[in-house]
Amino acid sequence: MTERQDWEQWDLPTEAWLRSERGSEGWPRSLQLEVTVRVLFPTVLVFSVYLLLAGHHAPGGGFSGGLVAGLAFVLRYVAGGSVELASAARIKPPAVIGAGLSVAVLTALVPVAFGHPVLASTHWEWHVAGFGDVKLATNLFFDIGVYLLIVGLVLDLLRSLGAGIETRDLEREQERERRRAEEERR
Amino acid sequence: MSTLVALPVLLPLLAAALSLVAGPIAAVQRVLSVSVLTAIAAVAGALLVAADRGAPVVLRVGGYAPPMGITLVADRLAALLLLVSIVVMLGVLVFAIGQRASDHGPRSASVAFHPMYLVLSAGVSLAYLTGDLFNLFVAFEVMLSASYVLISRRTNAPRVRASMTYVIVSLTSSLLFLTMVAFVYAATGTVNLADLSGRIDALPEGAKAGLALLMVVVFGIKAAVVPLHFWLPDSYPTAPTPVTAVFAGLLTKVGVYAIIRTQTLLFGEHGDWAFLLAVALLTMLVGALGAIAQNDLNRMLSFLLVSHIGYMLFGLALFTVAGLTGVILYVVHHIAVQAALFLVSGLVTRHTGTASLRDMSGVARTHPRVAALFALPALSLAGLPPLSGFVAKVVLLRAGAEVATPMAYVVTAAAVLTSFLTLYAMARVWVSAFWGEPSPPVPDVDPTDEVTVGTGVTSKPMLASAGGVVVAGLAVAALAGPLSTLSERAATDLLDRGPYRAAVLEGSSG
Repeated sequence: MTERQDWEQWDLPTEAWLRSERGSEGWPRSLQLEVTVRVLFPTVLVFSVYLLLAGHHAPGGGFSGGLVAGLAFVLRYVAGGSVELASAARIKPPAVIGAGLSVAVLTALVPVAFGHPVLASTHWEWHVAGFGDVKLATNLFFDIGVYLLIVGLVLDLLRSLGAGIETRDLEREQERERRRAEEERR
Repeated sequence: MSTLVALPVLLPLLAAALSLVAGPIAAVQRVLSVSVLTAIAAVAGALLVAADRGAPVVLRVGGYAPPMGITLVADRLAALLLLVSIVVMLGVLVFAIGQRASDHGPRSASVAFHPMYLVLSAGVSLAYLTGDLFNLFVAFEVMLSASYVLISRRTNAPRVRASMTYVIVSLTSSLLFLTMVAFVYAATGTVNLADLSGRIDALPEGAKAGLALLMVVVFGIKAAVVPLHFWLPDSYPTAPTPVTAVFAGLLTKVGVYAIIRTQTLLFGEHGDWAFLLAVALLTMLVGALGAIAQNDLNRMLSFLLVSHIGYMLFGLALFTVAGLTGVILYVVHHIAVQAALFLVSGLVTRHTGTASLRDMSGVARTHPRVAALFALPALSLAGLPPLSGFVAKVVLLRAGAEVATPMAYVVTAAAVLTSFLTLYAMARVWVSAFWGEPSPPVPDVDPTDEVTVGTGVTSKPMLASAGGVVVAGLAVAALAGPLSTLSERAATDLLDRGPYRAAVLEGSSG
């Protein structure tokens, strides 16, 4: 690749925003639904992060944040099936669950290194000029672990339970098409 | 020191997380699981020594004082059972690794087994160590959700049916558990066990009896107490051998532990309890008679498991130091022996290809080592001297005779009868499965399930780990002296309640 091409292409999308052609999965697609979901997806994810951060004092937290983020992936799945889900989440769900669980457990263990009991927490406050007071509680790390755990769990559920339903639908549709072809032949 | 109490819960969870990330690399998962369980066994040993030398080891999670904060408590009983449970879990884990390696090749990995097994061990540890009723509920849920995965992995139709029974019964028990916690909180305003033990005394008699009964029902479902036992012989035998062994060895005992802990700590001494004695009597006899009627080896062992839960209830129902000493000895003995029996039964069915007693014959001639491994725990379960079952039964029977009420005499006699029935059942297994002319192995009906692999080879790790668990059972008999004095001290603590309450509530306003 020449330098000139690099300069022209660096901001080109690396993948299609919306899958254009009908895939082999035979999933009945709805353009309206797919476009709406694609537009909503980042917004829902940002909202889930807001819930995660707000959780210490306001309604929210790792669990509800994780569920909302999981719902964003459910929307992608409902709109485009497992192909769409695979393009939305590139990491294997067990790894996400594992990462979340280890973050949560390590948060529980870290205070021991500072001579405090397991799961003890502390918080820091700063005044950031022009922004306001920022408060960081160590519970946030525990919540991040829970958040990841829940997201991974939802993805794993979609993968293990959802994929089965989809294959069954696919098989049924193939069966129907086969019968139709047979009738036409007759 | 107090941090040690949290490790048996946190380490397996961390290892489960890493195991999930390590996923398809079998060696990493295996090394991780084995080393973490070994580490926890060491921690449990240290906790037992510390709790036995001085006061119970208490950890206030997050530094919050009871009754508001969650406490983890390792007293003599909890530490002892934790140690035995983890040692047996370690043995079963090695068996499972050996089975996997000889069935699917040494490099094959099952992504879900190791993480779920570790989560199960975290749940079991938390159930023993928690000092908080709601946290006990959490421990049960952690344990159960891992067990749902373990029992329903690689299913075929009959196993889906069996695991559905298991899941639905367990969920019902969880629902009742949650209701019970709500009642307790509504009546007393606290869920901390040490704090509760004072406040429940102040409740009216009716409310106290209601709560005590509800707790027996909730934990009785988990412990498979007759008439709440029906799910166990239907679901446990269908699972793969290591899973059945660890469920039979541990999960029912956790239920029994919860009954012991709540009845002694919360309701205190109320003399011998005729209701619980009657339940114990029923459990022993129904289980033993059910076992005799079975043709399937694993179902027979499951009924025997139910029957021997009755012994533990019997000792508890007496509410004397001698009775509780017997219960603690019995639980320790039974965890090791029952797990060993199921492991060896797995070895037997691998060679015969069937669990049906009518169809198998002559295993003693073809596989003498497997026969020897079966004979020891079988005789121990029946209570023949000098094995561990004998030691535990003698203590229990003596405690029953000491109480000397008509009901206690009746149940003591029933305990002796059950022991004979167990011996009869074991003799039947011996005659039909181990004696006689060797018969060719029955071809595996369904090669896809992991339950009976006819003509399956038995690798050295499997024999060695089954042998290890059998030896653990023998060790209970060899160490009977120190163990029974330790159990007696633990039983004294249970009835006294003082040390536990003092250790938990010390320096807090509650």
